[in-house]
This record gives sequence, C-alpha cells and structure tokens, in this order.
Amino acid sequence: MRGATHARWAAGAAAVALAATACGGGGSDGDSGGGDSAAVLSSSWGDPQNPLEPANTNEVQGGKVLDMIFRSLKKYDPETGKAEDMLAEKIETSDSQNFTVTVKPGWTFSNGEKVTAKSFVDAWNYGASLKNNQKNAYFFGYIDGYDKVHPEDGGKQSADTLSGLKVTGERTFTVKLNQKFSTFPDTLGYPAYAPLPRAFFTDHAAWVKKPVGNGPYTIESYTKGSQMALKKRDDYPGEDKAQNGGVTLKVYTDNNTAYTDLMAGNLDLVDDVPASQLKNVQSDLGDRYINTPAGIIQTLAFPFYDAKWNKAGMEKVRTGLSMAINRDQITETIFQKTRTPATDWTSPVLGEEGGFKEGLCGDACAYKPDEAKKLIEEGGGLPGGQIKITYNADTGSHREWVDAVCNSINNALDNDKACVGNPIGTFADFRNQITDRKMPGPFRAGWQMDYPLIQNFLQPLYYTNASSNDGKWTNKDFDRLVNEANAETDTATAVEKFQEAEKVLRDAMGAIPLWYQNGSAGYSERLSDVKLNPFSVPVYNEIKVG
Amino acid sequence: MGRYVVRRLLQMIPVFVGSTLLIFLMVNVMGDPVAGLCGERQCDPATAAQLKREFGLDKPVWQQYLTYMGNVFTGDFGTAFNGQKVTELMSTAFPVTIRLTIVAILFEIVIGIVLGVVTGLRRGRPIDTAVLLLTLVVISVPTFVTGLLLQLLLGVEWGWIKPSVSTDATFDELIVPGLVLASVSLAYVTRLTRTSIAENRRSDYVRTAVAKGLPRRRVITRHLLRNSLIPVVTFIGTDIGALMGGAIVTERIFNIHGVGYQLYQGILRQNTQTVVGFVTVLVLVFLVANLLVDLLYAVLDPRIRYA
Repeated sequence: MRGATHARWAAGAAAVALAATACGGGGSDGDSGGGDSAAVLSSSWGDPQNPLEPANTNEVQGGKVLDMIFRSLKKYDPETGKAEDMLAEKIETSDSQNFTVTVKPGWTFSNGEKVTAKSFVDAWNYGASLKNNQKNAYFFGYIDGYDKVHPEDGGKQSADTLSGLKVTGERTFTVKLNQKFSTFPDTLGYPAYAPLPRAFFTDHAAWVKKPVGNGPYTIESYTKGSQMALKKRDDYPGEDKAQNGGVTLKVYTDNNTAYTDLMAGNLDLVDDVPASQLKNVQSDLGDRYINTPAGIIQTLAFPFYDAKWNKAGMEKVRTGLSMAINRDQITETIFQKTRTPATDWTSPVLGEEGGFKEGLCGDACAYKPDEAKKLIEEGGGLPGGQIKITYNADTGSHREWVDAVCNSINNALDNDKACVGNPIGTFADFRNQITDRKMPGPFRAGWQMDYPLIQNFLQPLYYTNASSNDGKWTNKDFDRLVNEANAETDTATAVEKFQEAEKVLRDAMGAIPLWYQNGSAGYSERLSDVKLNPFSVPVYNEIKVG
Repeated sequence: MGRYVVRRLLQMIPVFVGSTLLIFLMVNVMGDPVAGLCGERQCDPATAAQLKREFGLDKPVWQQYLTYMGNVFTGDFGTAFNGQKVTELMSTAFPVTIRLTIVAILFEIVIGIVLGVVTGLRRGRPIDTAVLLLTLVVISVPTFVTGLLLQLLLGVEWGWIKPSVSTDATFDELIVPGLVLASVSLAYVTRLTRTSIAENRRSDYVRTAVAKGLPRRRVITRHLLRNSLIPVVTFIGTDIGALMGGAIVTERIFNIHGVGYQLYQGILRQNTQTVVGFVTVLVLVFLVANLLVDLLYAVLDPRIRYA
C-alpha cells in the first residue's frame, strides 16, 4: 500500500518539479562526437540475489555484471538477438547430439590465465554438480551424465563430472547430449556456460568477493550491497572492446530514487524507469529515453491440476477470457506503450526467422467482448461464478494491470463480480503457493527468455512437467511436436514444428498471452550509443561517454 | 542502584526471547523462502532440497529456533541467501544507521528542546502560535512526503545536495535525511518540552529561585529545564529504537544502505536469518535505551531513587 501511494506521489512531485526546472540534467563539457574512452559512467543497479557465480545467477542484476566480465562461446547480437560465435571457433555436429567445440586461440582471463577447453569443461562440471547448489544447474540437463551428478530425487550424486564432456585437446572438447537438440549451440551464449579460471576453484571465497572473468571489463572494487566499480580491460582480446573507461554500478533500493538521481545529474544511466514516471519520461528525457522490445512475455496461466479448470469445454472459457481482455487499452493507459499486446506465445525479439509470428493467436487474442461472453457461456460459465487472478503485489506494479484486466473482463461479461484480483504479499510466497499447487484460478506468469530461441518460449513453459510449467498444462500433441522440432537439424523446419506446437497451445488456450514487455532506460546528456539488448540489459561496452 | 540494574537486565531476558520467537515465527509463516530464489520458475527439487538442508529449513520450526538462538549466543547470526554472513551485513548497515540516528537525535535535542523552551516561556505570543502551527503541519505530513519534497527541492531543483547518499554515508550527507527522519519526533519534542516548561514555570521551586535573585539563565537551565526534561528524555530514549527500525522509508528515499534497507530486502526475499538477526539487535537497542532512560531519571530528578 505504502509503496503504491508513495510512487504515485513521487510522480506528481517529479512532474511539478521538472516542469518548474524545465528539465535539469547533468551539465557536461561539449563534444559529443568522439567520446572520452577513459571516462567512467555510473549506472543503477540492484543487489544480486545470489553469489555472482555464472551458473548461480538467474536474475537480471547479477546478469548485468556477468555480461560485462564474461564472454561465452557464443554471444547474442545486441540488436538482432542472433547467436554469433564469440569464443567458439567452430561447433560441429553431424547428428544433433554429439558436438565438437573448438575454442578460439588468444583468449585470456583478466588475471592472465589462458582460456582453454578445460576452462569450459571445469566450469560446466561445477555448474551441474548438485553439491555446489547452482541454481542454473538444469541448463546442463541436456548433457549426458547429468542424472549422475545431479540426481532429480535429491539423493547422493554418484559422479562429480558430466560423462558427456571430454577435453580432447588444449582448445577442443566434445559434448554428448542425452537427446537430440539441434539448436544446442545457440543456447551457449547464456552466462551459465561461461568459462572459469582456475582461481575460481582454488580460492573460491576470494573469487566470489571479486570475480575474475574473460570479458571486456574487470572488477576494480566491489562493496557488496552498495556498489561495484568496473574498469575497462586494456588487454581484452575480443573485438567488442569497451568504448568507455569503466562503469560504476550503484545499488538503489528504490528505482524512483535512481530516476531522481538521473534528473539531478548524479547518475548517468537508469535501466529500469519506474512505472509511475513513464508519463513524464518523454518530456523529462526526450530522445534520451529508450524503449525497445525485450525477450519477456506476460501471460495468465491456469491451474490445470484443479479439475474445475481442466474439464472438457473449459478451453472455450479460457479462450473467452482471453477475448474479454482489452490489451490495446491496457498497454496504452497503464504501461504507456512499454508493453505491446501479444499475438503469439513468443517474443518479437526472435524475429520472423527465429519463430516469432505476429497474429498466430488470431481472434483468440483480439478484444471481442460479445463473442467472449458467448464462448464463456457455451463452455459452462466461470468455475464458481467468479475468477480470482493471483499475483505478487511486492514488485512490478502488477496490481494496476490485474485490476485493469479484471475490469475489462467484468465489462465484457456485464458482471461486476466476475473477476477479482488476489494479491500475495511477497514474490517468494507467491512462488511457494504456485509450487504447492494452491492457485485458486488464473495467475500471473511472466517469462524472461534465457536465450533467444523459440524453443525457450515453449518447452520450459508448456511441455509436460517442464521446470516452469506452473499450471501443469499437458498435451500429447504439443509434446510430440516439440520433440520432433528438437530433433530437426534444419532450423527453418524446426521453427515451423515449434509454431505448429504453438497452434496446439492456442487451440487449447493453455495460457492467455497478455503482452510483450519492453526494456526501458533513460540516460544523461553525457552518454551516447546507449542500447538495450534483448535481455533488457544495457550494452555497456558500446556506450560512449562525453 | 546496582540491584535495580541487575533486576532490569534479568527482566530483559524473557522480553528478548519472546520478541525473537515472535519474529522467527512471523517470518516462518510467510512460507518457504527457497521458492523465491529461482525467479519465475520452480527450483529444481534436488537443489531446493539441498539449499533447505544447508539453511536448516528442513527441520521443525522449534528446532530451527533453538539452533538459531544457540548460534546467536556464540555470535553467529547465520548466512544470508547471497552468501554473506549476517554479521557482515550488520557491520556495514549498523554504522550507517547509527550515524543517521545520531544526526536525527541531535536535531531533536537541539532544535526540539530550544523551540520548546522558547515557546514554553512565551506562551500565547506570536512565536508560540507560529511554532505550534508549524509542528502541527510537520506531524500531519507523512515522512515520505517531507522526504521526497526536500529531495526534489534541495537535490534536483536547487542542487544544494545530492538526492541520494553515497556508499560512505558520511555525516554531512546525512544531514537532510536525518532532518527528515527526525521531523515528526522533533515536533513532538517541541510540544512536550513546551507543555512541561509552561507547567513548571508556575511551580514553587521556580518562584523560589527567582525570588532568591538568581539570574534568569540559571533559573531556566538549572531549575526549570532540568525538571521539565523528564517526559522529553523518556520520549527521546524510546525514539532511538524507533528511529533505527523506522528508518526504512527515509533510507529508501535517500538510498541509504542501512538497517532499514537490509530489513526491507530481507523481508522481500524472506530471508529469515537477516530479518531475525537485525530485529534481534534492534530489540536489544530498544531494551538498553529504555534502561538508560530510566537511569537518567535519577540523574535529572534527585527525588527519584532506585533501590
């Protein structure tokens, strides 16, 4: 409650103050052309939830740092999201199951150590091993021998290393997967697959205090919970060298304060513009505000473990609900166009080629209140006469849109009580109730992609018993199509198969797609060439200062 | 005096145990903290089980509590989810908050008491009415409004201060946040002092002191003020604890990485170890501050004696 009032007030106050000052901003010396390659910029940050180990970082704040200090075999192009070779010289396969990886020569960690095949294999073994408590361990689940180092039932692990990984030379290693997975090489840009120096294993405590990687920046100092200073690495062997002298990440508890600091010229880059400021951001920052698509989709999932939601005919009710939501209006008025109405279950960042298909959802995602009402009636009406949309109220201004979605549904059905929000205090508790299968009705489900592949938007979310299939939706046809797609060596055919699977998902309305989320950022006059990558992380190494 | 202190210290034990138990249970009721660690996906069961084992979350609550208390007495407050020792978090957070509290208390004492004395001595005059009105305004406006307003005016519009406090959080950076934090209490201190002074001004001992021909300054500081400060001291004493724990809002506005920030984050992430650890220390601060206040009574008013 308090947070909400506070935010709204701040918006008003900021609007007044900024109108009065006619937009402040940091004064800096002129020449905007070249940029000072030694100048350091400051950027807003949040305290990473986990220690900064690559295979243990699963949220965007820790991801920001890893993105600066590590380079993996592949890197996703900041603009197209396409996976391109970074440290990989080549990754070869003949059967989509056995891969031979050759690492480029000449790469070093910032402590001088050479990056070899062993750096990768050791790192992946560490990430997969149950005893290291790495939260991204499941990423290595495709590699042969994973069940030995990470037994599903939590029993004792019978091996320390993955049998599917073998170092075959200084710069080559082989990967054997436990199933065919043609796009596996394209997943290797994810930070969990980063190589690690020996120091990580020999003096782990010191490494975690001040991580050492092979990326374009090195960590100069790190005060946990408040600040991290990163410096440009002069001997960086890659082509994407840092265009600035360094980045200082400052922890902000409240993104409103970060925004105020940006206004006062006390901070250069805010990559999370508070929802309450979106109304003013154009007038405050003008073209120093960026709003670009990110690989995030918000959906409403359903508790398919609840017989009420799983019986025959309910797909009509679910489709009806989808058609009762006025996505255009909500994204415009509540999100100020930082969300785009969804028309499929993936994300525009994939591009047409990658599997994004605008309008795949068709009429089922269009706002048609009359048809919605009819469909819901045909399907037997809302279970219990009312639906409760469950969400966590602590972050992300979810309350606003859930209320708006409910209003939209209520209007379409001419019933004030058809839909109500069901807030849960904290994210942890929300996740808890989802895991315990206690959802009373539709619930908020957000998905931020791990890597820009259509597979990542479908398999983890809707495949039977997949790790993020929170609604426990299950469909044989869908599973079969996904399996077929994964076995396909030709990317275009694989994408087509995935889209077919997506159509199965649509016809059953396994989850209601709401909108694609954009990444937004604002920056000071000192900066130029600021971009957000498809993961909504600023591309720090390309930013020019001065 | 000695026996009184010992008795009070012994009384603290049940209060301490009770309050920590309550906090422990409250945080536990919020459910399984591991669920929130894996983002928008279910933690893989093996890792989740291992993490629970490591944090001792697989045991019954009473056992968790006993182990925790046992560790606390040996100085081990456990580990936060990001791998940092809670004692380490405390060692960075408490100095900052203590500095903030000192600034706030100084404001309360200096401005609050001076204004209280001035208005108490000039009851009904324009200055009295003006200050009373002002305190009314300050009390009725919530802290976050004052905070954000000052931040925008001084920080963005006039550029006198930086809108946020740096990592070092030095005393000079904490002046404005301290003032914001103290504002409401400051108003109360002013009003308390004013009433107390106004009342005691008419008492016999003051009249006697004036009749003896003592200088006005001495009458006020020695006789009037000292006797009038008892309710004010009580208030400030309990306020120390309240300020330290209640700084969450102020710390958020000015981005101060102190106790409030750690508590807020601990609650959001359901980090039992952090929340209980910090609250335990706050409870201790509260108890000790209360004891000190009671002891101060005797210093201020010789008629009060502890046996």
